Amino acid sequence: MATTPNAATPTDFTVSPRSWLRRWTGADEIAHFITLVAAAALLLIAVLLVYQLWTLSAEARAKFGWSFFITKTWDPVAGDFGALPFIYGTLVTSAVALFIAVPLGVGAAIFLAELAPPKLSSSLTFVSDLLAAVPSVIYGLLGVFLLVPVMRTTVQPALKKTLGFLPLFRGPSYGIGFLTAGIVLAIMIVPFVLSVSREVLLGVPRDQREAALALGATKWESTWKVVVPAARIGIFGSVFLALARALGETMAVTMVIGNNPKIAASLFSPGYSIASVLANEFSEATGNLYLSALIELGLVLFLLTFVLNGLARLLILVTTARGSGVLPT
Amino acid sequence: MSPRLAWRKSLNFVMLSLTGLCALLTVSALFFILGYLAWNGGKDLSWSFFTHLPAPVGEQGGGMANAIVGSLKLLLLAALFGVPIGLLGGVYLAEFGGRTLPFLVRYTADLMNGVPSIVIGIFAYALVVMPMHHFSTLAGGIALGIMVIPTVLRNTESFLRDVPLALREGSFALGANKWRMIATVVLPAAARGILTGVLLALARVAGETAPLLFTAFGNRYWSPGWMQPTSSLPVVIYTYATGPYEDWHRQAWAAGLVLLGLVLVTNILVRAFLTRGTAYERT
Amino acid sequence: MSSAFPLMANSGASAVSSTTKSTAHTPAMTTSGANALRMKVTKINFYYGKNHALHNVSMDVATNKVTAMIGPSGCGKSTLLRTLNRMHETLRHTRLEGEIALDGVNILTLDVTKLRRMVGMVFQKPNPFPKSVYENVAYGLRINGHEGRLDDAVEKSLRRAALWDEVKDKLHKSAYALSGGQQQRLCIARALAVDPEVLLLDEPCSALDPVNTAKIEELLFELKPSCTLVIVTHNMQQAARVSDSTAFMLNGELIEFSTTGHMFTTPSDPRTEAYITGRFG
Repeated sequence: MATTPNAATPTDFTVSPRSWLRRWTGADEIAHFITLVAAAALLLIAVLLVYQLWTLSAEARAKFGWSFFITKTWDPVAGDFGALPFIYGTLVTSAVALFIAVPLGVGAAIFLAELAPPKLSSSLTFVSDLLAAVPSVIYGLLGVFLLVPVMRTTVQPALKKTLGFLPLFRGPSYGIGFLTAGIVLAIMIVPFVLSVSREVLLGVPRDQREAALALGATKWESTWKVVVPAARIGIFGSVFLALARALGETMAVTMVIGNNPKIAASLFSPGYSIASVLANEFSEATGNLYLSALIELGLVLFLLTFVLNGLARLLILVTTARGSGVLPT
Repeated sequence: MSPRLAWRKSLNFVMLSLTGLCALLTVSALFFILGYLAWNGGKDLSWSFFTHLPAPVGEQGGGMANAIVGSLKLLLLAALFGVPIGLLGGVYLAEFGGRTLPFLVRYTADLMNGVPSIVIGIFAYALVVMPMHHFSTLAGGIALGIMVIPTVLRNTESFLRDVPLALREGSFALGANKWRMIATVVLPAAARGILTGVLLALARVAGETAPLLFTAFGNRYWSPGWMQPTSSLPVVIYTYATGPYEDWHRQAWAAGLVLLGLVLVTNILVRAFLTRGTAYERT
Repeated sequence: MSSAFPLMANSGASAVSSTTKSTAHTPAMTTSGANALRMKVTKINFYYGKNHALHNVSMDVATNKVTAMIGPSGCGKSTLLRTLNRMHETLRHTRLEGEIALDGVNILTLDVTKLRRMVGMVFQKPNPFPKSVYENVAYGLRINGHEGRLDDAVEKSLRRAALWDEVKDKLHKSAYALSGGQQQRLCIARALAVDPEVLLLDEPCSALDPVNTAKIEELLFELKPSCTLVIVTHNMQQAARVSDSTAFMLNGELIEFSTTGHMFTTPSDPRTEAYITGRFG
């Protein structure tokens, strides 16, 4: 086998065309240098990314300053650009998504990590990993043709009837809008919440579980009162990570949010998110200021996810002490 | 059984059921998605779907041959651009690396992994499309390639680190150079894991739409060479699903089924065959 | 559930009730009095997957005595200990055959949480929860629905574990702020809080220095009148010091089981003699 040390070492001492390489220690330095260049290339790409976003948004930043973030109008014809409706839409849809996905994902993670029989757990985990691999445009496809009609004809009227006293659930049922986008996002991020929370739970030392069980705790008591508290910070980390994904998610949201830059209290109302406006308008942007304003939106999105990811990784690092090794890719 | 114990037991059972329901709901989404796509897309899949160009609006039939070839070309570019950098960078982190630089590279890789794909699209636009003044396959390939790098890099590093010290020492003890030890002992021993990471990363970007919208753009026809805009499966699904024509919608379902099928089959095969066991004894 | 059911034996020949004194499977063991038997292990076989870890082991655990298990590492002594409160069920691919009785009741018929409340366990490495000292001790009381003042019960347990004087001023500090020896006694206090009939100790001193080891050993003597103790140790001197009867195990078999004095002075099996005189292990 090629992987055993014996087979891998040069045992013949006849002069072959490549034998000079074996003796030449400079080869090590060359290998070191080449790999170093590759690693540095990643750094270069990241620096370049930030640099491009920064310089290309200069015009918009100079013109609008901080008021960019509190302006409600988005009028490419008049050259008036404000980010508020997009930031609002991004935050609202993400909040809806977290509201649904966190209980579902953490609950499922508790089941898979602690309560389920091992065989069932490993096959369900496999399916959940596959779910995380489904392309976002597929979710969008189902969102448009399946979820939107169901929302319009069934879910939204029902919510209006039962929870209509809340301003969140008022107004006409279009089917599209914040709520629908939030639900699609929720389905998309559940596998991430699940997978990271599960890893964090499994990282809690075995002896903690045993100590609780040996005191006569039921499985649920040992899970809820010992394992979950110990994994608490890491579970928060998984939530931040999922939030970062939800904020940056583009296609599925674009397809169901309604693409209308307005701020409304009702979740039934059509809206717009940062990623969606980029997807829809970037390739058609005319004029430097328009493009510059869009790139500034990209910069905002980048910074938001940057901070959230950093925070998430820190939290997970604290609980598992293994760092991003546990993150799904 | 005392009332308290009975209560504790039933709480245990209720919570087991509730969390189990959460898990069931989550995983059933996959079967639902797959089933729904097969139901809606299956009937419009035909041979001509794979071999013909899209029909003009209003005409029946036609296919997505150009989008399928376009996606493959984009993936090829992404692999050519992203895999070598990721692979070599991973070797650097695991085998050479000092202290500060590896930390920085690792952190940057994790950060880049979390950057929204639409932002990567803007970056590739600024990097390739703006200087060239037009959309191109090349720009799309580079956008996807950038997304491949961090995953491959981190994955390669972690699998290389898992190779036992004894194997390295065995090679050193027989007088091998470091690079030779890496090339002949460490890399082959970690090859399966590294290949898994590469294939999964490519499967993931194969379904990416957002970074292609303003790099590879789209094309109703064949895209000659690498410098012209090209169609791709995810972008076509998006365009067709949000378009006004009934016939487009049907095509979108069929294309969705093909895309999902490719992504899932790759994932299942890779996870089932490549991750089973390692080439060396774990200690 | 408190009434003693007749033992459900797996074969007619070995059927015994709680009131029957049986020495058929316990070589060289003499029990004194019918009520002195707290646990009875009858012909158990244990498997980790295909690995046959315990061979036909039978053993008695006398009430309010210290029973020690010794033997080289991997001999099955910890495995045997874990079967006594069914902690083996937390491991995958394990199988237990034969019968273990607690006060004459087959433990497999008992509710597992109830069993573990009656048969507590202290582990090799101190494993306090990441909570305060107080909350660690109160944990078992809370889940079992303690009636009466929690503070009193916590204090009582800490006193029984000879820890009260050292921690009474830092009850609400993290348990991790205690020393290793204190943590282990905290784990003992935590186990004692639910008032178990039997306490299993799995090499409780292996992570401790000699001073803390001595404290734990002293503690075992103090606990003996109120609790039945089973201790696994790799340290023969410790077994000789603390236990009333000793079981010597080798390769998953119980080689010899007798009073401690008897075992360490006149072992009847040559393998036991070889082990305790230090010729292997």
